[in-house]
Amino acid sequence: MALDAIQNFQQLVETALENHCTISEVVLEYEMESTEKSRVELLEQMLGNWRVMKNSVLEGMAKQEATMGGLVKGSASIVEAAIAAKRISEDRLSKTVLRALAVAELNASMGLIVAAPTAGSCGILPAVLVTAQEEKNYPDDKIVMSLFTAAGIGLVLAKNASIAGAEGGCQAECGSAASMAAGALTELAGGTVNQVAEAVALSLKNVLGLTCDPVGGLVEVPCIKRNSFLAVNAIVASDLALAGIRSVIPVDEVIGAMKETGELMPLALKETAQGGLAATPTGKVIGKKLQEETFEK
Amino acid sequence: MGSVFDIIGPVMIGPSSSHTAGAVNLGRIARQAFGRVPEKIRIVLYGSFGATYKGHGTDRAIVAGVLGYYPHSPEVKQALEIARELGIVVTIAVEKDNLYHPNTARIELSSGGMSTEIVGVSLGGGAVSIKEVFGFSIDISGKYNTILCSYPEQVGMVARVTQILAAEGINIAFMEVSRSGRKSNALMVVEVDDEIPEDVLNKVSEVSGMLGVRYIRKLS
Ligand code: SF4
Repeated sequence: MALDAIQNFQQLVETALENHCTISEVVLEYEMESTEKSRVELLEQMLGNWRVMKNSVLEGMAKQEATMGGLVKGSASIVEAAIAAKRISEDRLSKTVLRALAVAELNASMGLIVAAPTAGSCGILPAVLVTAQEEKNYPDDKIVMSLFTAAGIGLVLAKNASIAGAEGGCQAECGSAASMAAGALTELAGGTVNQVAEAVALSLKNVLGLTCDPVGGLVEVPCIKRNSFLAVNAIVASDLALAGIRSVIPVDEVIGAMKETGELMPLALKETAQGGLAATPTGKVIGKKLQEETFEK
Repeated sequence: MGSVFDIIGPVMIGPSSSHTAGAVNLGRIARQAFGRVPEKIRIVLYGSFGATYKGHGTDRAIVAGVLGYYPHSPEVKQALEIARELGIVVTIAVEKDNLYHPNTARIELSSGGMSTEIVGVSLGGGAVSIKEVFGFSIDISGKYNTILCSYPEQVGMVARVTQILAAEGINIAFMEVSRSGRKSNALMVVEVDDEIPEDVLNKVSEVSGMLGVRYIRKLS
């Protein structure tokens, strides 16, 4: 059944249905075929990445210092304190938000993370999966398989749309990460192959047009908080799909719309720090200050 | 089509695969082109690399690579301090304009009377391309094991080097000779799939007329 290339999402779905297996299994077989590595070797490599992800949640929570650009500090601890004081409820939502902030802030502080699919969007998958593991006691090997599903979704997006902010705006980075997490979560929860596809479609429909406008060109504002919002997008998409909600627009067409939207987006909103939040009065003041610190030294 | 580990990966020190992870890789290549730990590191950062290097830790990343660390080494963050402890002098200069690409660095390593300079760009996702070595314009991706051979221009050098490699059963993926450098020297770049054993590199160094041979291991 091994695919020598992954063309689109429909093909992943059909291959899985024909073989009565999961999407993760199809993606794992594709990787075995294309790299000539053994199943064990690939599972171990992914387990290594999963361990780094879990560790990045812990490290991000423990971290005290500000980010490299100094724009964000301790956002995870602020939320943690609010949960402890019962000012916000302690549930799946707040825990996911907290963890996404922790990892994204760790990234901006030169900590060790797994790009998923990019460094700027690295908080989404760990936040969603660590919280799911805590809630449902999934064993690591199940989570590792779900990461192959996430990777398969990312490969389709990289091929048929984009996973780079400079090319497609933030829909391509945090948006892609959200749909990868939505698909992984749906498979983990025992969703059908078609439900995984629906989760991806539902998630992506709600990121279209998301711009990449980082203040001062750094992966801090809005990136860090955006990781928490889009981790929640993944959970909503997965819940809806598992409940039986279907996307009117099929997944590959949504991906096509994402590509087109990215192409229509002006350059000012694609990582150049020339538009959007970066070009607000406050964004410009911060950008200018960062520039001065860099050039006068 | 890519690998799943291009999507769930790389494992890296943040915050940016182009401005941090790729920058470590540029430093690693510079170090191998020089062949040892330098006493001085001079870095010129162009375009976006220059404008955002502090917040992205690009300077730290390049120095970490020169010190032999990887994009996932925790030491990347402390690389400037580690270099200082080792007595290595690091200077950073910034140029507003782009050179080749928005993310470009010139890295000059020196020790005693010896020096090496490379110019490289970071393409995203940690991938890089080296545009200049020792003043020759070239193109190295770091995806292969690479041998750099420099020699005064003369006929027969390519044949001599390829013969040695062929005799060892080493398959050449790409090969390029650049003559645009200073004086009448030439630089031969040979990219190969396999790891090249030390004794084979020695044989290449011993080819008559050879000035210098450097081996750059492929980026993992
Ligand atoms: S806003 Fe841009 S830099 Fe920030 S996470 Fe999104 S795509 Fe990456």
